[in-house]
Amino acid sequence: MKLHLKIKRFNPEKDKAPWWGEYDVDVEPTDRVLDAIHYVKYYQDGTLNLRRSCAHGVCGSDAMRINGKNALACKLLVQDLGTDHITIEPLLGMRVIKDLVVDMEPFFDHYRSIMPFLVNDEPLPANGRERLQTQEQVDRISEGTKCILCAACTGSCPAFWANGKYVGPSAIVQAHRFIFDTRDRASAQRLGILNERMGVWRCRTAFNCTNVCPKDIPITRQIAEVKNAILSGVIA
Amino acid sequence: MTKFHQFDAVIVGAGGAGLMAALHASKGCNTAVISKLYPTRSHTGAAQGGIAAALNNMGDGDSWEFHMFDTVKGGDYLADQDSAEILAKDAIDAIIELEHMGLPFDRTPDGRIDQRRFGGHTANFGERLVMRSCKAADRTGHMILQTLYQQCIKQKVRFFDEFFMVDLLMNGNTCVGCVAIEIATGEVHVFHSKALMIASGGFGKIFKVTSNAVSLTGDPVAAVYRRGLPLEDMEFFQFHPTGIYKLGILLSEAARGEGSVLINGKGERFMEQYAPSVKDLAPRDLISRSIMSEIRAGRGIDGKDYVYMDFRPETINKFKSGPGGKEVTREHLEKSLPEIIEFVRVYMGIDPMEHPVPIQPTAHYAMGGIPTDNEARVLDANEKVIPGLYSAGECACVSVHGANRLGTNSLVDLVVFGRRGGKEMVEYAKKTDFTALPKNSEAQVVAELESLRNRVRKDPKDGERVSTLRTAMQDTMQLNVSVYRTAESMAKAVADLAELKARYANVKIDDSGKIFNTDLLEAFELGCMLDLAECVARTALARQESRGGHAREDFPNRDDKKWLKHSLIWRNDGASNASLVPHGKYQFGERPVRLGRFEPKERKY
Repeated sequence: MKLHLKIKRFNPEKDKAPWWGEYDVDVEPTDRVLDAIHYVKYYQDGTLNLRRSCAHGVCGSDAMRINGKNALACKLLVQDLGTDHITIEPLLGMRVIKDLVVDMEPFFDHYRSIMPFLVNDEPLPANGRERLQTQEQVDRISEGTKCILCAACTGSCPAFWANGKYVGPSAIVQAHRFIFDTRDRASAQRLGILNERMGVWRCRTAFNCTNVCPKDIPITRQIAEVKNAILSGVIA
Repeated sequence: MTKFHQFDAVIVGAGGAGLMAALHASKGCNTAVISKLYPTRSHTGAAQGGIAAALNNMGDGDSWEFHMFDTVKGGDYLADQDSAEILAKDAIDAIIELEHMGLPFDRTPDGRIDQRRFGGHTANFGERLVMRSCKAADRTGHMILQTLYQQCIKQKVRFFDEFFMVDLLMNGNTCVGCVAIEIATGEVHVFHSKALMIASGGFGKIFKVTSNAVSLTGDPVAAVYRRGLPLEDMEFFQFHPTGIYKLGILLSEAARGEGSVLINGKGERFMEQYAPSVKDLAPRDLISRSIMSEIRAGRGIDGKDYVYMDFRPETINKFKSGPGGKEVTREHLEKSLPEIIEFVRVYMGIDPMEHPVPIQPTAHYAMGGIPTDNEARVLDANEKVIPGLYSAGECACVSVHGANRLGTNSLVDLVVFGRRGGKEMVEYAKKTDFTALPKNSEAQVVAELESLRNRVRKDPKDGERVSTLRTAMQDTMQLNVSVYRTAESMAKAVADLAELKARYANVKIDDSGKIFNTDLLEAFELGCMLDLAECVARTALARQESRGGHAREDFPNRDDKKWLKHSLIWRNDGASNASLVPHGKYQFGERPVRLGRFEPKERKY
């Protein structure tokens, strides 16, 4: 099928301002949006830039704004768009390095700020084996552990657009995954970090994050659970 | 302006092996990790079904000896048995270490790590299938990658993200570092190291239908080859039997661990014919060959080039192929295999709980690579250690996988040998001073890149396109160096690659900029892949037998008398630089297989 792509372009070495590149490509309806972009890059204009790697929705490289909604270009099929006109932009709220490539450093700074690692200095089991956990306890955190740090959520959040210092939904999902892990011992510290001015209280429950998450993580609910834990002092 | 850095240990690649090495190296010495992707984008994250260790948590009588035996037999007796023993023994402790780091493993009713079946993993030396694969649903690799990256953050490991290694720096016979391009700026960085580890993963993009990521082009492996060092067992490339038809996206062997069966166009469960004992849980090489044999006999679906993987619960229950022959439910499958069920729904538009899924073998894993010893130290053609150079993970060849890797053993390899390498790098750095960098050590590769950058296309028809040449390379490798190979097909691949290397000299690009110039880097990657593809095709053509993942129609049997040995290939034109190796300028070598506990036997399942 014929497809018309409109891609927001910006090359800081040449352009004073972003501009729209328009391209016509011939694709299969079952092709990914990524395939359509690749077709432009490979056969029409090699200067077009984007990040991508696994091409099947697990590495989190190619989150971008497609027809006004953040998605992974490799996890969205052309036939599922319902139109033969596709508009593609970089994630909003992040500095553009070139074309669809945005500066991910502030995003990863927020990630690093919430102590995204297990903390437990208690002695390890004397038998040299694993710590015990029930499957129910694993299930409590399993949605959050699916996060691939693609930034589709944070890049869709009006609170984050308004103030990039807001830690953002992705970092809260990562914190949630440890706060509710029965093996972790730093929940109080993480809740303290998220109780600060740029923490969870910036969330205005717009639900954009939940709507765009390619891993179907119930992000807004997780943020609410963290808010509740801060207010009640109870982690359950 | 070139920027210089000095670290005791530099690790190239931030997948499972690189991060595990970084965690251990950074405990004892000044360590940096450079990676052309953000670490969490690494392809370890795409591994699905599990990581093997004989924890015996399921009480089915597992032990590390059985894991070692399965690994050796699975590798068609080409694995070095001392290395396979280390793999199987260290696996137990390594998995426990991952759990202590916070990896959210699935659990047994009593709270220990849950385990499931996987192809070729048996108890009592092949007697019956065993539950050995530890897992986090079907995103085990994702959880390993995340957990290791989290621990690296905790330990404040220094990362150079989106840095692209383009050359290996040697001073005489000693490795002294590498050259990398900072993708965001185009700046050249020289990393001066005491110990450098290549942990860059595979290079499956030399094939057309592959489970591998776009980034898996093997540039650091090519850099090693271009610098005149040998690569080992390159002819052994694994085709995973169950890739999504045409796309190559992997559908984990865990599906068959949970009871899925392969079905041909006549509706038969054909693996009963090829592997009567373990059937659909035979090793990958055997299943891929069986699928291709069915297709060639006209028994693909509607006579086409694919078969079905059927993981509908009613099918599994009809064949009693679930674990222990027990009934499985849709609910259980949805919980155990959520990712791959979603892949099928998204990319095929069908529900695998309602319909069988079209699959075909997909190029998946390089058993060969940079030769190392058991401490991840890189070896030269005479099996002497190259001071300062290490390698671990898919790009390395220890060899634990021999001629065919068992499912789940790649993740074991990463953590076991990444860890051993990281520790060894600390020991080496402690007792060694920096060896001097040669003068202007980065000049040659910088000139190479500048020459590419200046070849800007003047009109759409000017010069050769990277994408055109890349597709042609992938096509010939897919067609001619595939599951089944003949002298004729491989010679055709070699001839095609010769032509492509010649055409590569006339490559033109569109982007002459500095900032995030992936157009330039993809041209460089193509050159690297052409070198590696030539190594694969040449060594495959040379090995006149069938063993593991290398199946020749003109030499259908294993020939231990002549070929129970590892192959080596290195460039022989006397040059040593970062440029494309001229076609045909290679030399073969060999090294013996370290046998041991298990005498080579006919491989039956």
